[in-house]
Amino acid sequence: MSTANPAQPAPQSQPERSWLDPLLDWLAGWGELVLETFAAIGDFSLFFFRTLVWLFTRFPRFETLWPNFHQVGVSSLPVIALTGTFIGMVLAVQSFYQFRTLGLETRLGAVINMSLVRELGPVLAATMLAGRVGSSMAAELGTMRVTEQIDALSAMGANPIRYLVVPRFLACLLLIPLLTIMADFMGVAGGHFYSVMVLGIDMHHYWYNSALFVGPYDIFVGIFKSVFFGAAIAMVSCYQGFHCSAGAEGVGRAATASFVYSFVLILFLDLVLGIALDAVYFTIFPEGARLF
Amino acid sequence: MIESLLENQRPQLELRNVSVTFGTQQVLRKINLSIPAGQTLVVLGESGCGKTVLMKTLIGLVTPTSGQVLFESHDLTELDDRELSQLRLRYGFVFQNAALFDSMTIAQNIAFPLKQEGRWTASEIREKVLAKLTEVGLPAEVIFKKPAQLSGGMRKRVGLARALIMNPDVILYDEPTTGLDPIMTDVINQLIIRTRRRNPVTSVIVTHNMDTARRVPDRVVMLYPLTRLDPNEPQIVFDGPPGELDQSRDRRVRQFVNGEAGQRLMEMLSNSRTVEEGSF
Repeated sequence: MSTANPAQPAPQSQPERSWLDPLLDWLAGWGELVLETFAAIGDFSLFFFRTLVWLFTRFPRFETLWPNFHQVGVSSLPVIALTGTFIGMVLAVQSFYQFRTLGLETRLGAVINMSLVRELGPVLAATMLAGRVGSSMAAELGTMRVTEQIDALSAMGANPIRYLVVPRFLACLLLIPLLTIMADFMGVAGGHFYSVMVLGIDMHHYWYNSALFVGPYDIFVGIFKSVFFGAAIAMVSCYQGFHCSAGAEGVGRAATASFVYSFVLILFLDLVLGIALDAVYFTIFPEGARLF
Repeated sequence: MIESLLENQRPQLELRNVSVTFGTQQVLRKINLSIPAGQTLVVLGESGCGKTVLMKTLIGLVTPTSGQVLFESHDLTELDDRELSQLRLRYGFVFQNAALFDSMTIAQNIAFPLKQEGRWTASEIREKVLAKLTEVGLPAEVIFKKPAQLSGGMRKRVGLARALIMNPDVILYDEPTTGLDPIMTDVINQLIIRTRRRNPVTSVIVTHNMDTARRVPDRVVMLYPLTRLDPNEPQIVFDGPPGELDQSRDRRVRQFVNGEAGQRLMEMLSNSRTVEEGSF
């Protein structure tokens, strides 16, 4: 059974390196990076798929949902309202002088409100959520991974995806539209305050122009996009937390990576969805193109 | 007599030709291990030899790169998520650093598996939690505390209570005494022995502690790190009752049992010199 001679380390000899080797190393490095990227995309897709399967087969327990809904929704509300207000005012400050030189300052309402409901409201709400909630999710789940709490969940017959990921996914998915509406509303209010109260633009024309250009479809576009942003934030943050490497450095890196990747994904989705939703609009309302 | 009876039984847990590789690093190679029901097995070995990975493979937390892991002839690698979750309710796992949930109180931690099973009333759960706390020698006051407020030894005992609450068929202990003082080490050893006496449970204990290895198990298995083995050598370098550990003729086993560095210090120094000569 047991062998008498212990293992001896084999003598190591350094083979001669040819001039081609650095080039091959460089190529191998790139090859490895490509392989790792594909593996990570596949792994992420599988993670997303498993979350969807759990979401639709067994709904999570109420006690796991409530704290996450509170953290994503209630706790994020003040910071998102504040960001919205300031962005509305900043838009008024930035565009006013250029529009005034053209004598078009009453059109400011259209510009501010259109940018807010279509782009800045949803994107900024999502960015704040990725920074505030996404990073903390990644850090929390990362710490749970490092201290074996996720393994402990599995070992006790609880599925970590159902228990940890699905509630966070649902919280982000369902609450981000409401947060976006809040950001839109506060932005519109901030824009109105600065344009009408501070810059003295005529209120009637400000709102008349807004109503002329900003339609329900624009508001819908913003809210519709935000659902995808919420899903992206939850999935990226949970994935980063679940695949956290050991130690304090690993947890820190997971938190940072979750924000960076979420933000990049938000901008990418914003572009793709913007193009797709415009195409849908012009298919449904061909006469809408005449406005532009 | 008892041993021969145990040997005739169907194994509770079995590893067949199990290999585990993480990235480019192989940790376990062609491990064959059969653990009969009711046996207490200690897995010995130095840090990094794959003991914890072996343990996690037994409960399906690590999927083997090749080979089969059988629990009462169910292959864990072929079960889906839900079947595996169901099967895991028959296991208890005591983690190295207890792995208690930070966000929950001690009572919620211990009650977690019961709530997961979902067929107990609140008063039954409370009764069971208090009974298990007494069993591991903790006062009832701790139930409202958070894990961070307890000492290392207390946390380990809470981890033990949580693993025992379902009266599992198999208990896996991952370094249950590491980082504890000698008295607490003895307390944990006694608890393991007492648990086995009360219930006919199969236990696997991963440890460095020779006191645990000599006193607690029926059988000891020693693993050796693959990095210091030839490609054809078996990774299990010892398999037998604890009494035979001291008589082993294998130098690696004797070195481990007696805690001697032997040639290892020289090997380590020569390795570090090689690193110094190379570039960082």
